[in-house]
Amino acid sequence: MITIDANGRPINARPGEMLLDALRRAGLSVPTLCHVEGLPPSGACRMCVVEVEGQRALVPSCALPVSEGMKVRTHSPRALRARKTIVELLLANHPDDCLYCVRSGACRLQDLAEELGVRQRRYGGARTASKVDTSSPSIIRDPDKCILCGKCVRVCEEVQGVSAIDFHGRGSRTRVSTAFDEGLNVSSCINCGQCILACPTGALREQSHVKEVLAALDDPKKFVVVQHAPAVSVTLAEEFGLKPGTDIAGQMTAVLRGLGFQRVFDASLAADLTVMEEASELVDRLRSGGRLPMMTSCSPGWIKLVEQAYPDFIENLSTCKSPQQMLGALVKSYFAERQSLDPAQIFSVSVAPCTAKKFEAERPEMARGGAADVDAVLTTRELAQIIRMRGLDVGALAPGPADSPLGERSTAGKLFGASGGAAEAVLRTLHFMLTGKELEQPRMPALRGPKGLKETRVRIGDLDLGVAVASGLASARRLLEDIREGRRRDLQFIEVMTCPGGCVAGGGQPLGAGPEAVEARMQALYRIDRDERVRTAHGNESVGRLYREYLGRPLSNRSRKLLHTRYARRDVVL
Amino acid sequence: MARMVDERCCDRCWHGPSRPCPDRIACLVDGPVCHASDACRQAAAERAARLRRQAVARPAILVGTGTCGLAAGAGRVLAALRRHLAGRNAEADVVEVGCIGLCTAEPIVDIQLPGRTRLSCGPVAEDKAAALADAVLAGRAPPENILGQHRPAGAQQVWAGVPWLDEHPFFAPQTRRVLANCGVIDPSSMDEYLVRGGYRAFAGALRSRTPAEVCEMVEESGLRGRGGGGFPTGLKWKGALGAPAEQKYLVCNADEGDPGAFMDRALIEGDPHRVLEGMAVAAYAIGATKAYVYIRAEYPLAVRRLAGAVHQAEAAGLLGTNVLDSGFNLQVAIKKGAGAFVCGEETALIASVEGRRGMPRPRPPFPAVRGLFERPTVINSVETLANVPEIIARGPEWFAAVGTAASKGTKVFALSGNVARTGLVEVAMGTTIRRIVFDVGGGIAGGKGCKAVHIGGPSGGCIPAEHIDVRVDYESLKTVGAAMGSGGLVVMDEDTCMVDVARFFMDFIQRESCGKCIPCREGTRRMLEILQRITRGRRGESGLEALQRFQGVMYLARLAEVIKDTSLCGLGQAAPNPVLSTLRHFRPEYEAHIYERRCPAGVCRELLSYRIDADKCNGCTVCASKCPAGAIMGARESPHYVVPDKCVGCGACKEACRFEAVVVE
Repeated sequence: MITIDANGRPINARPGEMLLDALRRAGLSVPTLCHVEGLPPSGACRMCVVEVEGQRALVPSCALPVSEGMKVRTHSPRALRARKTIVELLLANHPDDCLYCVRSGACRLQDLAEELGVRQRRYGGARTASKVDTSSPSIIRDPDKCILCGKCVRVCEEVQGVSAIDFHGRGSRTRVSTAFDEGLNVSSCINCGQCILACPTGALREQSHVKEVLAALDDPKKFVVVQHAPAVSVTLAEEFGLKPGTDIAGQMTAVLRGLGFQRVFDASLAADLTVMEEASELVDRLRSGGRLPMMTSCSPGWIKLVEQAYPDFIENLSTCKSPQQMLGALVKSYFAERQSLDPAQIFSVSVAPCTAKKFEAERPEMARGGAADVDAVLTTRELAQIIRMRGLDVGALAPGPADSPLGERSTAGKLFGASGGAAEAVLRTLHFMLTGKELEQPRMPALRGPKGLKETRVRIGDLDLGVAVASGLASARRLLEDIREGRRRDLQFIEVMTCPGGCVAGGGQPLGAGPEAVEARMQALYRIDRDERVRTAHGNESVGRLYREYLGRPLSNRSRKLLHTRYARRDVVL
Repeated sequence: MARMVDERCCDRCWHGPSRPCPDRIACLVDGPVCHASDACRQAAAERAARLRRQAVARPAILVGTGTCGLAAGAGRVLAALRRHLAGRNAEADVVEVGCIGLCTAEPIVDIQLPGRTRLSCGPVAEDKAAALADAVLAGRAPPENILGQHRPAGAQQVWAGVPWLDEHPFFAPQTRRVLANCGVIDPSSMDEYLVRGGYRAFAGALRSRTPAEVCEMVEESGLRGRGGGGFPTGLKWKGALGAPAEQKYLVCNADEGDPGAFMDRALIEGDPHRVLEGMAVAAYAIGATKAYVYIRAEYPLAVRRLAGAVHQAEAAGLLGTNVLDSGFNLQVAIKKGAGAFVCGEETALIASVEGRRGMPRPRPPFPAVRGLFERPTVINSVETLANVPEIIARGPEWFAAVGTAASKGTKVFALSGNVARTGLVEVAMGTTIRRIVFDVGGGIAGGKGCKAVHIGGPSGGCIPAEHIDVRVDYESLKTVGAAMGSGGLVVMDEDTCMVDVARFFMDFIQRESCGKCIPCREGTRRMLEILQRITRGRRGESGLEALQRFQGVMYLARLAEVIKDTSLCGLGQAAPNPVLSTLRHFRPEYEAHIYERRCPAGVCRELLSYRIDADKCNGCTVCASKCPAGAIMGARESPHYVVPDKCVGCGACKEACRFEAVVVE
């Protein structure tokens, strides 16, 4: 530990760390706009500048390694004036439409303008004017609101390994843009929405389905159903001021009922089905010498990445649809039949932590007879907006009874919400399928937690299974490159989730969650798995009943028709 | 023509590029070292004299075909000479050389007859070239445009009545070290560089000095970075030498981007091997085995000459593996940049070489610790590296004998603007700006007064005429609010509007900002707008616009201060300099623009007002018919007048009037 002097007060710092980190730990809040925790400092926004004794100019604290005896002034008049001027400069080139902005109230620029006491338009002049890109099924880009902090660019490149967007042009004509300035829909964007989470302003937002859902709810001729993904119940609470990791599954069901949804399905049950199908598929591949390692297919961003950048791995993908699409297919077939409903009458909504699910629901393979299985996808944020709009108080509602038109979920399905959870769930069932016995220790600590790449080896009978779990596509890409180069022949099963940490950190989740919040969300799922009785998909009586009554058995013809899909090489503008 | 490196003096010579030897250079130039033979030695001496043009067998016509020469028509002159000589079957070699520096006299043609000194003429027009050649080849000194003759070498006969070239007022005050070969030798010939002492320093360093000793010599010489920063080069090298890494890099920064700067281009075009040798020595000194030249693609000729030089050096075994049997390996690669000003900044340059967008990153870590491909990297400018060979060859004391206490050696400037003689100038550090402008440059063109000298490009500053006696060295220039910069020197006469100059540079900077950090990207754009507002006319200005104009003026200084204080890289930190330095020295001129809405120099068109002198006007109506705004009234054959509110200040009336009746104020 070394000591530095901050505003006349000694504070501790770790050798080699950046000044900003030391200041924040000591409770000195220095604002930032471009800082991304865990990535190398960019030094673009200059908001975190401080006065350092012996330095001529102000110094960005995010990029200055601490040194013993360093003397800094974090909020001197000079530093404050610089910060305020920077915000004023940004506002000079920013549309004055806060009241109409999706980020109003959740905008860093707005916050900073308020904090620094910006009360007048000090610098006027020409503004950059660009077109809003609404081409993507998942993400809308509004470059006029972009302050060019570059966080989206870095997340897209460094965390996701996608690089769909980058800086373009020079000087005051600099913009963030796709390749050749074509629409996001034809770019290499995988729709994950991590850029939206990174964006400090309203320059990036999801393609909203709120209007469609409200219209359906108001349409008496529609039978409106909703499904909620495993990771939604542990994050929705944050939108209403509760602390991260609070599970409000009960209240959420009640709220969804209150909003007028006629049936509320838990997609975790479909995740149980995914486990059954995927485990069976793996058994099949292991026995018949099929393509290994088998890779999971529930994350639509990951699927698009494989289709566009790794077509040679398409055969490695499990043919299983994602839980959302499995449930969507069942709702408009099995459920419709049982309720004597015309599938065309059903309006099927999915609440997901994800923006890529909007893209997935629109894939042509995910429709039968010209009608999509899932008609609209709401992110967690959009659901919260509808709840607020309809004046429902989540905290005040009594937890509703689990509404389970197709039956109960197991905790295995719920685990899908965290990176490693799907692998854990499949391994539990795979063990049972291969040996007829339950795993002695169903919990797999090696596959849990927020790390980008996790690995374990599992003994199932005389089989020694190599399992890897990747989250954040940059991690997945490194793994794929290794496999392509023949360095990883020891792996048989790989789970990939697009977002770092899995769906709990999905692009549709509440904003402003740091690493601790993501960890807390994961822990909430782990607690559910710890506390409940039914912890395997194959042990879930509802799943058994579905197979008995309708699907037959895993990989049956009907299962293949409803629950499986196919992939194809995809050309994108690079 | 066979190259020296391909020849063997006799059968006893065992040399060749595949047989590296520490004596290779001496052997080539002075004659065999490995065997004693007077005949071989004699042959080498004769060859060297021929290559030094001391004893040419045939007349040689040398045309300066650097980019500046070509722009002045040297290409056509060259073609005309070749055509003429071919038609007459005249016995003469036509050789292309680089730029000797006197751009106003381009195209320059040198002619050397056997046994005579070399004559320099210019400017030589395309249609006069043949006559010139004929006259000189017939032994007559040309009648006009003679610049001078070179000093005799050996037993050359002197041209009577022709002045010495080095006494030409442009050359006399200069100290030409780095530029010594420019415009003199054929830059595509490594042989000519070799016989003038080329690669001796490199060979000597490889043979008898450790890298640490080389660093020490450069430090002792007092050489400081010529790219503008002025950091001691030897110190930089020592830092990199001490950095533990299995791979290090040397980068030559030839991304010359300042408006009005062309030193690097001319140097590489005129003497590429000098730069290459400097790079080789530097790479050896820091332990780098791979070196890059980052050069803008807008310099096609320089790129071609440099690529040729690299190729020749490789073929001669001066680059590659086990250079001159020393165990030292060096590869040199040329990386072309797309011409972004910011890529001259070290970290942006590194990003660009790596194939990424050229944007700076925060320092530390400094490139000497973590640079190109995350490895220790030294980045030196072209001129810095071109100084290195002679420091090694002649010793640090020789280098330090010229210059001031803290700034040693010489500095190359690109002299341009309203000066009688423009061109490439090399003067000893400590020379006054006055000497450069008035002695070398011959004073202000058109007999006008000198108003200011802008030095150091957009990041530099203006030196007003009253400070023109300031000396050229890193510290003195700072005292008048300017900076050495890379070497652009733009002379401005009294008709220059300093607000307009500031606006020009701000426009340049806001276009060339990389767009990464907010103060530079947004701030320079607002500064430009503020300058645009005060140089724009009041006609049609709304109340809000007038308010914005004053608001801008009020906040200009504050904005400049914050940009300087918070920008990420040197480009941004120096971005407000054009405004700050003109404001410092020419405040009344700003005030005239702001308060009186008038441009004293008569440059800012919208601020000019036009009036017709009734005594001179005879009512011909030409001006009224030319006026695009219908602002001129008056009956035929009676004096006209301008309606100020309608006038757009285009000046069409003044151009049209044959009686000089239109007065501009």
